[in-house]
Amino acid sequence: MSIFLDKNSKVIVQGITGAEGSYHTDRMVRYGTDIVGGVTPGKGGQKTAQGLPVFDTVRDAVDATGATHTCIFVPPPFAADALFEAYDAGIALAVCITEGVPVHDVLKVVGSTPGMRIIGPNCPGLISPGKASVGIMPGHVFKEGDVGLISRSGTLTYEVVDGLTRAGFGQSTCVGIGGDPIIGTTFVDCLREFQNDAQTNAIVICGEIGGSDEEDAAAYIREHLAQTPIVAFVGGRNAPPGKSLGHAGAIISGNFGTAQSKIAAFKAAGVPVAERPSEIPALLGKRLTSVA
Amino acid sequence: MEYQGKELFRRAGIPVPQSRHAITPRDVADFLESVAGQWVVKAQVLMGGRGKAGKIKFAEGGRQGRAVAEDILATPMPPNRQNPAGEPIKSLLVEEKLPIAKEAYCAITIDRATKKPVVMVSRFGGMDIEEVSENHPESIAKFFVDTAIGYSPFIGRELAFAADLDPGYRKQFPAILGALYDLFFRYGAKLVEINPLALTVDGRVVASDAKVELDDDALFRNPEFAQWQQALPLDEDEKLAAEAGLGIRNFRRFDGNVGTMANGAGLAMATMDAVNFAGGKVANFLDVGGGANAERVRNCYELVVNHTPATAFFINIFGGITRGDEVARGIVEALATTTSRKIPLVIRLTGTNEEEGRRILADAGMTPVETMDEGANRAVEIANRATEPVSK
Repeated sequence: MSIFLDKNSKVIVQGITGAEGSYHTDRMVRYGTDIVGGVTPGKGGQKTAQGLPVFDTVRDAVDATGATHTCIFVPPPFAADALFEAYDAGIALAVCITEGVPVHDVLKVVGSTPGMRIIGPNCPGLISPGKASVGIMPGHVFKEGDVGLISRSGTLTYEVVDGLTRAGFGQSTCVGIGGDPIIGTTFVDCLREFQNDAQTNAIVICGEIGGSDEEDAAAYIREHLAQTPIVAFVGGRNAPPGKSLGHAGAIISGNFGTAQSKIAAFKAAGVPVAERPSEIPALLGKRLTSVA
Repeated sequence: MEYQGKELFRRAGIPVPQSRHAITPRDVADFLESVAGQWVVKAQVLMGGRGKAGKIKFAEGGRQGRAVAEDILATPMPPNRQNPAGEPIKSLLVEEKLPIAKEAYCAITIDRATKKPVVMVSRFGGMDIEEVSENHPESIAKFFVDTAIGYSPFIGRELAFAADLDPGYRKQFPAILGALYDLFFRYGAKLVEINPLALTVDGRVVASDAKVELDDDALFRNPEFAQWQQALPLDEDEKLAAEAGLGIRNFRRFDGNVGTMANGAGLAMATMDAVNFAGGKVANFLDVGGGANAERVRNCYELVVNHTPATAFFINIFGGITRGDEVARGIVEALATTTSRKIPLVIRLTGTNEEEGRRILADAGMTPVETMDEGANRAVEIANRATEPVSK
């Protein structure tokens, strides 16, 4: 079935006429995603280059198209508003690509939009290979299959997926959850979904330094997914404390958020941790045979 | 810095000591000539540990004020674990000396796991909170605030009891914490902290220190802070990153000899890890960012070549938004136009427009490696050969 996104998901793009929005809309359409339109206030009634209808408000778009999903490309000051608008219009899942959203805005949104699944912000989106893609991931490296993938990073995801695909491991759904300190959907949220997904038989987790999302995931696995073949990778083993490396969330403070702590947590949960992304397919293969 | 934090506290209605911000020893002397009694002269820096470093001193009268100020300004803040470079001291705060009876700690920050603001209170004030959480973790009382409700005075009352604060705090504490929460919320701060929150012998509760960590991403809402932020000392790496047109988080130097560059922070971190795994030492972290064009690639080349001791340079690109042909063009242009030293490049280029990128590199006589591991191994080998002493 895949999680969060399938062939029947109807997707709109908020910020569809902007440079990023229109470029990636085109790519999503070409991947086969059912993009039903987009929103740019003041441009309602126009059509995009692909012939998609543009609406003034998310409500108009939902009323006219029955959209269930949205992909948000608006600039940071307007991202929270865009998410609230999506929530108000009854959108079920919102992917927020925007980088640099004020952290208090994110707090406010995630604390007051119960029932709407938010992926990101500052994320590459999600893809259910062979079905649909919402976000900016390069579709050609993915292949449909039974491995679920969750990652805090974008390009590292492509690297890992490329390795999986070449080794013959297709994917059910790949979720880029985002590199900010506060995000709508965590590793544990995704694990819970994969657990109930018939298509997903194995899981790969790409974590990185900072926060405790990996430790929480390890605890959840121990409790609920001990029988599922899962492999992890943790980026930033060689990062210094006190300085963010690229992602705002990738920061070690004191002994908190180190790669060592995350690796230890995964190992304690019986999850092998790859030292390099290239080792993931082999580790996964081993886990799959030992479980079978 | 403290004086700015205290200015924000004052505006928010949090009691702070009387004070005067001073730049030179003469400013300090003039001020202390005009007031009576003992005052505290404090270095204005971002890093902690001022007391231990002798950068907080008492003074009475103009003459002593000048001497103390000169002494504090004479040397920068010495390095510590969090700030291995130390920090220059550019100004001082001259402040009323409080008759302190007790010191407590309180702070509000954002908890990643619960996605809520967390209010933290401890009866151990005036010391490094990391130490407190190591030695007396049970002493830190926490409350996770529901953002839909916000702060209400019961939170302060509950925390004062839970943290076992001296009863002298109780009456004023909930209101002070409320003002602190307002400040945290209004400015979209990442952290507000009072350490210590002093209880004086005459029963006043006063913020003896003030710390406000702003969110760079929210500066557009408070343009006045943008100036404050600009006046803050960027460290060397952050400055270099900004000059190269990168985000300040996108570049950081280490002491190895393998230069690295990748697109995307996660891949850049994994690239560093791969170099390390191959037995090498990285010279830097560099995320060239998404959608990098030829010019940005050229700037990054100069950044690594001119500002790190790298003797080999591993460029690891997995094209998504970033196009392989643009990156290849940037590399070729950088090599053609640079006047800086040249070091061997190891390039891995895959993803969007990789064929075109490879063709551009081939025309310039360069052959990319196939995988990240291969690239890391090759770069480490070259770097170590180049760095070996000649006598060997």
